[in-house]
Amino acid sequence: MKSVTVIGASLAGLYAARALRAQGYDGRLTIVGAEPHRPYDRPPLSKEFLTAPATADGDADPAAEGPLALTDAEELAGLDAEWILGTRATALDTRHRAVRLDTGRTLTTDGIVLATGAAPRRLPGPAPDGSHTLRTLDDARALRADLARGGPARVVVIGGGFIGAEVAASCAALGHRVAVVEAAPLPLVPQLGESMAELCARLHGDHGVALLTGTGVRGLRAGGDGRVTAVELADGRLLSADVVVTGIGVRPATDWLEGSGLPLGDGVRCDAGCVTPIPAIVAAGDVAHVAGARAEHWTSATEQAATAVHNLLAGRTARTHRALPYFWSDQYGVRIQFAGRRRPGDVPRIVEGSPDDRSFLARYERDGRTTALLALNRPRPFMRLRRELAHPSPAPTG
Amino acid sequence: MIPVCHLADLPAGESVRLDTTPPIAVFNADGELYAIDDTCTHQDASLADGWLEGCLVECPLHAASFDLRTGAPTCLPARRPVRTHPVTVEDGMVYVHRTAEEDTAA
Ligand SMILES: Cc1cc2nc3c(=O)[nH]c(=O)nc-3n(C[C@H](O)[C@H](O)[C@H](O)COP(=O)(O)OP(=O)(O)OC[C@H]3O[C@@H](n4cnc5c(N)ncnc54)[C@H](O)[C@@H]3O)c2cc1C
Ligand code: FES
Repeated sequence: MKSVTVIGASLAGLYAARALRAQGYDGRLTIVGAEPHRPYDRPPLSKEFLTAPATADGDADPAAEGPLALTDAEELAGLDAEWILGTRATALDTRHRAVRLDTGRTLTTDGIVLATGAAPRRLPGPAPDGSHTLRTLDDARALRADLARGGPARVVVIGGGFIGAEVAASCAALGHRVAVVEAAPLPLVPQLGESMAELCARLHGDHGVALLTGTGVRGLRAGGDGRVTAVELADGRLLSADVVVTGIGVRPATDWLEGSGLPLGDGVRCDAGCVTPIPAIVAAGDVAHVAGARAEHWTSATEQAATAVHNLLAGRTARTHRALPYFWSDQYGVRIQFAGRRRPGDVPRIVEGSPDDRSFLARYERDGRTTALLALNRPRPFMRLRRELAHPSPAPTG
Repeated sequence: MIPVCHLADLPAGESVRLDTTPPIAVFNADGELYAIDDTCTHQDASLADGWLEGCLVECPLHAASFDLRTGAPTCLPARRPVRTHPVTVEDGMVYVHRTAEEDTAA
């Protein structure tokens, strides 16, 4: 293999580039990214980035240096890649392994890594000023600026998932009045199951954030100046709002692959080695639907990139991705960590700590076996059990 | 010189966190004592909560690993070293001698 193109210049794309070089690939490497920024880390965008005081060099691109940067000048020199940033891939010709860019250029290479991630779902209808989604650095900057416009604002967060909850917590920490609207009777049930979701949902109330569940959103109301004034709920209620953040999930960024012939459907369909039906095309990260499942987690994006690249260089699925799913979330000063594969019906059991202290470790069990782990503010025992779950050994040593 | 604990209270494989500013983590790695700044240089996790294996500690949040002898990260996502601090034992008490901020060459 003499030339590889990576589409998507974020976490999975960067880790793919790193893995290529680390695995000895010394051919041409091209990385295409729609955003103008160098790879940066998204998780802080809903957490520290929103709450951090403005710095003197606030105008400097924090994706280039600063705490968000995923790479630095030294590493970039070592990667020896051509970076085509601020440029979107618009089509893929699988037969010739050619990627068309919105600049009109076409890149034809031996191998292709698809790492275009995901984009937030939006509410139907117009999005007035003051309404936000949160995926990119530019999104986060716009939200940050809106939150800093004056005194306490009325913030309505639509969607009580992890990102919504983190944004709500950050806004509450900034002194704003926050309400979270969740269509389901309880947020996070699909991820955590009912009883554990209930414990996490209590964090909102602990911090004076209103949680309105079981009602959808009909639309946003705007004033004459085009700024949002209220959120209209499906049950007819109106919630006044100065700032609205919609966090109702993401869609894998596969639009540009329509018509390419690659199997799509909730992401790019790949085998357990992140390989598409065409061995020279692999996928990793939020865009990849790997062996029947799609992950939207930081750790999966990094791990899948290494597997995908290994198989790309091997020309076949030589290695499969079997890592234990893992994610974390920080809300209201509580660190939530989850690992494993929970299925509906698995029974969570608190094995350490207490929900009243917002500090506990729970095991999910099925037929006497542990399937998943959840911890609130219990990083150490969580990590030990997570390792056990990832590498089960009949006779634990050490 | 900061007193940590009795040596007997820090068995091999264990760690303690000192509530200094910034916090410091002290490890007993198979009998050798090490102290490093407790906060992972990647984001915000306590390395005292990490996984100790030989002279390496793995961060409990995103699995960056640091060499306790040098403070250098041995794998991503951390890219900057943590400060190391000398440790001594006197009369069964463990002490950390904090390295001054300006002594660290990053
Ligand atoms: C606010 C926020 C907080 C998060 N917090 C956590 C957390 O606490 N824990 C956790 O485990 N995970 C968290 N995540 C999820 C984690 O950040 C993602 O799983 C990870 O970023 C996925 O990486 P990726 O490279 O696959 O996709 P992305 O990071 O989405 O990157 C895809 C890149 O591809 C680009 N792109 C898209 N289409 C094209 C195209 N046609 N041509 C060129 N480029 C294109 C995009 O512009 C983007 O830069 C969070 C995500 C967000 C947004
Ligand atoms: S905080 Fe330690 S690896 Fe990320």
